[in-house]
Amino acid sequence: MADIRSNFVGIKSPNPFWLASAPPTDKAYNVERAFKAGWGGVVWKTLGEEGPPIVNVNGPRYGAIWGADRRLLGLNNIELITDRALQINLQEIKQVKLAWPDRALVVSIMVPCEEESWKAILPVVEETGADGIELNFGCPHGMSERGMGSAVGQVPEYIEMVTRWCKQYTRMPVIVKLTPNITDIRYPARAAHRGGADAVSLINTISSIVSVDLDSFSPEPSINGKGSHGGYCGPAVKPIALNMVAEIARDPETAGLPISGIGGITTWRDAAEFMALGAGNVQVCTAAMTYGFKIVEEMISGLSNWMDEKGHADLDAFAGRAVRNVTDWQYLDLNYIAKARIDQDLCISCGRCHIACEDTSHQAIMKEKDGKRHFEVMDDECVGCNLCVNVCPVEDCITMVPLEPGMLDERTGRIVEDRYANWTMHPNNPSTRPTPGDVSVVEPAE
Amino acid sequence: MSQPVVKPGIAAGRLAPDRYRENFSDLHAPLDRHEALVEADRCYFCFDAPCMNACPTEIDIPLFIREISTGNPLGAAETIFEQNILGGMCARVCPTEELCEEACVREAAEGKPVRIGLLQRYATDAAMDANAQFFTRAPRTGRRIAVVGAGPAGLACAHGLAVHGHDVTIFDGRPKAGGLNEYGIASYKSPDGFAQAEIDYVTAIGGIAIELGQMLGRDFTLSDLEARFDAVFLGIGLSGVNALRAEGEEASGVEDAVDFIAELRQANDLSLLPIGQRVVVIGGGMTAIDAAIQAKLLGAEEVTICYRRGKGEMNASDWEQDLATSRGVVIRHWLAPLRVLTEDGRVSGIELEYTQLVDGRLQGMGHTTSIPADQIFKAIGQTLEPRHAEGLTLIGGRIEIDAEGRTSRPGIWAGGDCVATGDDLTVTAVAQGRDAAQSIHLALAARSAPARAQAGERIHG
Ligand SMILES: Cc1cc2nc3c(=O)[nH]c(=O)nc-3n(C[C@H](O)[C@H](O)[C@H](O)COP(=O)(O)OP(=O)(O)OC[C@H]3O[C@@H](n4cnc5c(N)ncnc54)[C@H](O)[C@@H]3O)c2cc1C
Ligand SMILES: Cc1cc2nc3c(=O)[nH]c(=O)nc-3n(C[C@H](O)[C@H](O)[C@H](O)COP(=O)(O)O)c2cc1C
Ligand code: SF4
Ligand code: SF4
Ligand code: SF4
Repeated sequence: MADIRSNFVGIKSPNPFWLASAPPTDKAYNVERAFKAGWGGVVWKTLGEEGPPIVNVNGPRYGAIWGADRRLLGLNNIELITDRALQINLQEIKQVKLAWPDRALVVSIMVPCEEESWKAILPVVEETGADGIELNFGCPHGMSERGMGSAVGQVPEYIEMVTRWCKQYTRMPVIVKLTPNITDIRYPARAAHRGGADAVSLINTISSIVSVDLDSFSPEPSINGKGSHGGYCGPAVKPIALNMVAEIARDPETAGLPISGIGGITTWRDAAEFMALGAGNVQVCTAAMTYGFKIVEEMISGLSNWMDEKGHADLDAFAGRAVRNVTDWQYLDLNYIAKARIDQDLCISCGRCHIACEDTSHQAIMKEKDGKRHFEVMDDECVGCNLCVNVCPVEDCITMVPLEPGMLDERTGRIVEDRYANWTMHPNNPSTRPTPGDVSVVEPAE
Repeated sequence: MSQPVVKPGIAAGRLAPDRYRENFSDLHAPLDRHEALVEADRCYFCFDAPCMNACPTEIDIPLFIREISTGNPLGAAETIFEQNILGGMCARVCPTEELCEEACVREAAEGKPVRIGLLQRYATDAAMDANAQFFTRAPRTGRRIAVVGAGPAGLACAHGLAVHGHDVTIFDGRPKAGGLNEYGIASYKSPDGFAQAEIDYVTAIGGIAIELGQMLGRDFTLSDLEARFDAVFLGIGLSGVNALRAEGEEASGVEDAVDFIAELRQANDLSLLPIGQRVVVIGGGMTAIDAAIQAKLLGAEEVTICYRRGKGEMNASDWEQDLATSRGVVIRHWLAPLRVLTEDGRVSGIELEYTQLVDGRLQGMGHTTSIPADQIFKAIGQTLEPRHAEGLTLIGGRIEIDAEGRTSRPGIWAGGDCVATGDDLTVTAVAQGRDAAQSIHLALAARSAPARAQAGERIHG
């Protein structure tokens, strides 16, 4: 049996699956149910400073988009940080940590960007016995207008400053939660690193308007005819989150900085992908909000079975293994040539590959043969773009088959070379092009 | 549930009164909105969709299903009606398991086709409930066309012509319009007066007059119509019945399955409709199945279908056969009727001969069996009565037409069950009526001006 115990910046948990700071971790009742269901840890719903609690809207706070069969693909919310009194939260945190010593309990915090505010809250949180803190620099709505959340997260200098205060005033590990609502995730990550953060976690939600009611013309969720931009999360944001995690993992300045991966994680597979791209553990919110806490059972069993099958003894055995394979476009091998292949036994003749390729790609899939409906790739037209694979409703029916060196690429009429060659070496690249007047210019193939 | 009433012979009221409504209600409940959305999501929006190619009226199925899934059922209905103005009836009666749904790629993928028929019904019901009309009549052309037969072929033809601004008069010999939609289709496929509601919906476009009780060959001739109208369309179906060619066929209790069904469809009170305690149905098509099932639903104790060939040769689809057996009907194969057995001039049973195929030809094997019965229904096919097709070339007893629906006699078009290329399906009749309308329209447009009107030859003005 694979060992899926996790040690993230010294915080131990029986598995790498934590619940992200959000409604599932809002109070002792939810958190205890989550621990009973098997979650390895939680990041408690973000606490604000002492004083009258935050108020939330009293109408709908979620909107969504759906895929086929009304599967929830993306969730959007206009909820704020906890709307419960600080003291109650602190008491509950203490009591839960006592009752569940083997689980990770991290407390998310968001207070104004002033040293006194942080200085005030850190000791009271530390007093609960919590395992660490997460600085919420991510919330894109409501709090950012008050100079907190993503308003801080969008200014690297503030991140660095606040992180530094935290490292100064508490002995607890400090995780900095990053907002994706920036152009380059590496800047806030570097700032957190400079400030001494033990780790970063990402992503928080993405600024979004999820839909518009076409009768009232109100954005949704609609509060009495008006809507506001909210934070987007769920399966739809996973690709964005994965990229941001990878960017930080492969940035020389932040390489090695622990990352807690968040964003659209729904299955063990999603979790493993985040970890392969450099996350030390993962956090989940929307999947739990969609299906309840029980999904962690599938995550635990799926991850450990896959690890057994692949011979990964523990999480470190595969953590970060995909990072070195993330590169810039210009270094991709242009001599790697693949062609789509349709498995005629699996093909159900829906014709979607044909129409996709015909209308929008390279006219490389025939629609009939000997007068009969039949879909087959024409190697002399196929550029190997993978669109047909993506639109085919039958899994594994179309696969991309690489041409071996020495084989003929019927499209270009050239023999596949046994040599890595990328854009930086390509004759069409202006920066590699010989100076004018040089007669020995190699003409591009096409 | 209340006990059935045991009555020997042919008798009415075999069931407790409350059972009739239950037995003859909708075979498939319509999809509600949620079910329709879930089902619509299953469609892959195929390219050159096989389902669409399998539909005789070539409804753009992927498009209408996509319209349903985006919350646009009226757009879906319009897509359907553009190709098939009787899309509502077809949604109820088409043997989809042999047409669109058989061709659906999800049938190939997982043996569970998208339920196209039910989705079609969802969309067309939505439009008919809202009385949403999608066609407007072109300015009147002054052309007048006679349509004989108010069945699916005639109605589709009339609607197509009305859209183009022509004036149509439909003549039908029966007291009600609709053809087999009204008199033939099993009652559980089209309950609650749907056939008449659909006729109202279709004729709402205007320009279509229906004259009932008007019989070609009795009240007027083809030549009369030619003189009075610019063109004629024949959609007269098949009103003749094949003979059993079995001894004793004239005995009391031997009946035509089509007549039995028509009587059932028109009955106001099914508890007054007599049915045998033991019923034998001879035949292997949809009519045999429908007669057998409805006999059973009326309370017949034993219902047996006897077909002279094997299961695979039956015209009724597997699905229809399974429906019959699930209702307690027994289907027996390789049995040909030899002699109707009688007692006091009334049916007491039927003697049948075992058959087999020898070198591809059906032969009697010499030995026989008999089945006791109080009532025998003949469902061995209908024929065209030749006197209705005076002067027209026939093939195999049905009217010959070309690809556009033109008969051998200029100015006369035909379609539906009465033509050689008909295949005894409502949807094919609709396709042929629709296409003939287009052909008639083009032919009339090709003539420069309304010639007959100029010559003042019209009888009706
Ligand atoms: C019992 C039974 C069940 C069936 N079930 C199904 C089913 O479930 N699904 C399916 O797709 N198909 C079914 N069919 C077949 C389908 O009903 C026919 O294919 C379809 O109705 C043919 O349409 P039509 O317009 O050609 O003829 P019809 O529907 O037969 O209409 C012909 C019309 O012409 C009129 N007419 C005939 N002669 C004259 C005349 N001389 N003068 C004036 N009017 C005349 C008739 O009164 C009738 O109204 C069934 C048929 C039967 C008999
Ligand atoms: C309703 C809601 C409230 C949230 N509140 C907080 C919060 O208080 N603090 C925080 O750091 N993140 C908050 N988040 C963001 C989540 O913790 C998480 O980063 C994000 O939802 C992406 O993960 P997911 O795709 O698994 O949902 C909230 C998310 C949702 C849906
Ligand atoms: S890989 Fe791209 S070009 Fe090749 S067949 Fe598929 S869609 Fe067409
Ligand atoms: S998309 Fe897939 S299943 Fe459909 S025709 Fe192409 S290969 Fe076959
Ligand atoms: S064949 Fe099936 S899946 Fe394809 S378009 Fe038709 S109904 Fe949809």
